[in-house]
Amino acid sequence: MTARGYVLFAVMALVLAAVGAFQSWQLALTILNMSLISAIMALGVNMQWGFAGLFNVGVMGFTAVGGLAVVLVAQPPVPDAWAAGGPGALLGLLLGVASILAAVLVYKRLPKGRLRGLAVFGVLVVGYFITSAVFGPATQAIEAVNPASEGYLGGLGLPVVLAWPVGALFAAAVAWAVGKVSLGLRSDYLAIATLGISEIVIAVLKFEGWMSRGVNNVTGIDRPVTRPVDLQAAPWVQSLADTLGWDVQQAASVVSGLGYAGLFALVLGALIWLSERAWNSPWGRMMRAIRDNEVSARAMGKDVTQRHLAIFVLGSALCGLAGAMMVSMDGQLTPGSYEPLRFTFLIWVMVIVGGSGNNWGAVLGGFIVWFLWVQVEPAGRWFMELVTSGMADTSDLKAHLLSSASYMRLLTMGVALLLMLRFAPRGLIPER
Amino acid sequence: MDFLNALVTLSNFMLVPALAYGSQLALGALGITLIYSILRFAHFAHGDTMALGTAAVIGATFLLQGAGIGIAPLPTALLAVPFGVVAMVLYLLAADRLVYRYYRRVRAKPMIFVMASLGVMFVTNGITRLFMGVGETRFEDGARFVFNVRDFRDFTGLAEGLALRNAQAITIVTALIVMVALFWFLNRTRAGKSMRAYSDNEDLALLSGINPERVVTITWVITGILLVLAGTLYGLDKGFRAFNYFQLLLPMFAAAILGGLGNPLGAIVGAYVVALAEMGVTFAWRRVAGHLLPEGLEPSGMVQLLPVDYKFAVTFMILVIVLLFRPTGIFKGKVL
Amino acid sequence: MADPFLIGDAMTGGYGGADILHDCTIAVEKGQIAVIVGPNGAGKSTAMKAVFGMLKLRAGAVRLDGRDITQLTPQARVREGMGFVPQTGNIFPSMTVEENLEMGAFIRRDDIAATMEQVYDLFPILRDKRGQAAGELSGGQRQQVAVGRALMTQPKLLMLDEPTAGVSPIVMDELFDRIIEIARTGISILMVEQNARQALEIADKGYVLVQGANRFTDTGQALLADPDVRKSFLGG
Repeated sequence: MTARGYVLFAVMALVLAAVGAFQSWQLALTILNMSLISAIMALGVNMQWGFAGLFNVGVMGFTAVGGLAVVLVAQPPVPDAWAAGGPGALLGLLLGVASILAAVLVYKRLPKGRLRGLAVFGVLVVGYFITSAVFGPATQAIEAVNPASEGYLGGLGLPVVLAWPVGALFAAAVAWAVGKVSLGLRSDYLAIATLGISEIVIAVLKFEGWMSRGVNNVTGIDRPVTRPVDLQAAPWVQSLADTLGWDVQQAASVVSGLGYAGLFALVLGALIWLSERAWNSPWGRMMRAIRDNEVSARAMGKDVTQRHLAIFVLGSALCGLAGAMMVSMDGQLTPGSYEPLRFTFLIWVMVIVGGSGNNWGAVLGGFIVWFLWVQVEPAGRWFMELVTSGMADTSDLKAHLLSSASYMRLLTMGVALLLMLRFAPRGLIPER
Repeated sequence: MDFLNALVTLSNFMLVPALAYGSQLALGALGITLIYSILRFAHFAHGDTMALGTAAVIGATFLLQGAGIGIAPLPTALLAVPFGVVAMVLYLLAADRLVYRYYRRVRAKPMIFVMASLGVMFVTNGITRLFMGVGETRFEDGARFVFNVRDFRDFTGLAEGLALRNAQAITIVTALIVMVALFWFLNRTRAGKSMRAYSDNEDLALLSGINPERVVTITWVITGILLVLAGTLYGLDKGFRAFNYFQLLLPMFAAAILGGLGNPLGAIVGAYVVALAEMGVTFAWRRVAGHLLPEGLEPSGMVQLLPVDYKFAVTFMILVIVLLFRPTGIFKGKVL
Repeated sequence: MADPFLIGDAMTGGYGGADILHDCTIAVEKGQIAVIVGPNGAGKSTAMKAVFGMLKLRAGAVRLDGRDITQLTPQARVREGMGFVPQTGNIFPSMTVEENLEMGAFIRRDDIAATMEQVYDLFPILRDKRGQAAGELSGGQRQQVAVGRALMTQPKLLMLDEPTAGVSPIVMDELFDRIIEIARTGISILMVEQNARQALEIADKGYVLVQGANRFTDTGQALLADPDVRKSFLGG
């Protein structure tokens, strides 16, 4: 990293410290922790865009799939639900996969022509009806089990940290399927395909209640760090609070926040180290060569599509990992809260602002943009109050403008993205 | 008689809504395909620009309603469309001057344009929400039905009814007029031909004395008209909610790609295919089947292939199938 | 001596990097045919592009009808009466033959029907195929569309970059006949050709370029007779 990079990170640290000193340390830690997670997502997107020039508009989908992994791994299983329809649901899934495989097999075996099309169609239709005959009743039975608090199969009840790599794996699997279909075609096709898959992942999360409880949310997921409520009882936290002159509640949440920060920083650190190694390795050089001149890389005998697929899967896995970390920090999966502007496009702003093609840049972008995202809202409210200060308090317009202040941040992010792209396209910490 | 009843049910719950939805998609997809063939990038701000254009129309509608001006039985919004069109054309041209023109001059890669359109999308989205918030706004007024279910039953004596909502009829008619006008423009006028020439062969168009900036300007103007119409018709039909417009992006792109990116006729065909597929797969066929199947064989379930929530999955499957088997689309893409 | 109708005088320049043309002079008289030949990479097409203003000259000038047009853009040169047929991408493939011709005349505001008739008289096959998409035509017919398109501005000078590349020998002869016919109407022709022997046969003036510089310059017949030229460039 260059001197400029160090300075920028130092400034960022100072700003966070200032938030702690002047607003509150809880807020500073919340921002820090989300920044760390955002930085991992930005790192993943930067791999795809900075290393390979791939445009992933489905970050949201990959993070959400990572979040699902937390539920499936860490939540305790629900025995009643398993008894009611567990085998049926699994069998249904297997049948679904089997009918797709059968269709592929038919497609590969039969000669080209109308017969093949009809046969594939027939296999899919029959497969669909068999699958849904098994799957439908089973999932309904599951969802009927104690719907107020359960109504889903639950997970495996394993330690929550284990869910992080699993989340990465889930995202990688989805990415592989999407990449397989759309890579090697025109570059914007990948963008549109990822946009689609992310909508579908969210739809699945929202509506497959037997798996994720859907819009009822899964709450109270086991956390990797002791919850503040439990920390409050610990004597050492109480004495710490006394020493600092804080109340116990505050001290407990700061300690808990620090715990997450440490854990996340560890993961992020390892990832940066690996990414830097990768960037400087022959593999990294080859990826950049492909990015800069695909035609000649192809001519040199590189299988560009295969390389792109690999890095696309890798980058998406990072997004899945970050998604899993986020859910385990919140302790809940809320499918309704996934929004593309927040989970896809904001990550893109991070990468562009920070410096695409530079791992440290992406990380810095994650910090700065997340900080702005949190802090622009109060700033927007303040701005709106200033604008409307001349208006009568009873004015509808004033009320409307004040209530819309939170949308200012979308505008700000858009303007920031456009300005960076236009005037500093290499970002705050440019590619070396 | 039963066949007729089945057909009527099918029309009422699926064909007519799909036709209206397809028309709205078609107008949107036409814009996407035009921008793709002239400016050569995938315009991600399309859905949100549509939302902002509709917001402008809604604003003008409310003003007109406040002034007591209307064209009942037609919705006031139709009268407000020209205001929305002017506002959006100005907005798009401003975006072009401030954002895209620079990248054209430096001949940036298509992906940079897409990125810039993301920035425009953010800004547009923010402006729309500033004005409209995130809730739903309904702005349809005038008569609600051209004819309703009871009228239809009384008239035909069938057991099943068919209703045609005003918004649906207006959508289908307007879309038809706009499409005919667009094709007339592209094939018969000097400006339209110069657009096709530019799309076909940029360098030769330059050599022939066609001014690229003029072509680009015309493209944005047409896109603005298509956008505002598509958005307004969609809003009249289904109510206005900013996020729904963003979500239209996927079906619109799917339609444009299915028809062959850059091919206007393809975009229209693609849009109707996507609309029919979305509605068909998520439609409960029980009543239709009940009329068609012999006594005693009526299905007990809904006979719905997928729940409505998965309509995006249908669009996406279409997209995947096209990408796998015919990436250039039904009609070969990249021709205008 | 008065300048020829068109002259690229002592042109030196390239595409930004090293110079490709070195003090290269190309000229054509009114109603005559000038042909640029030479080995691969000799800068033939570059010389033509320089005349048309598609690359920046470091030294030298281009004069048309006595006027210095060195600073004009290619588009402006079209307005001055120069027509250019690129080697590739020289038609609008999805547009009909007639629309291609119309686009050729885009800068004209007057009635173009008469000019179009002239083009159809010159290339009768195009009249039959006027409603067909140009991209669906055969290679030779596409070249005819390309030449016809360039003629629609009623140029005083027509520049052709390897018009016979990739067409059969019969079609090539046919195209050369048409080119002679065009020259007879008073239009000057400047042409780059790979098929040196056939091209020189119809040329009033021939330029043999080597490494971006004039090697031999003479009438077409004289060059064909010159043993040095024959040995080095015409294969004996």
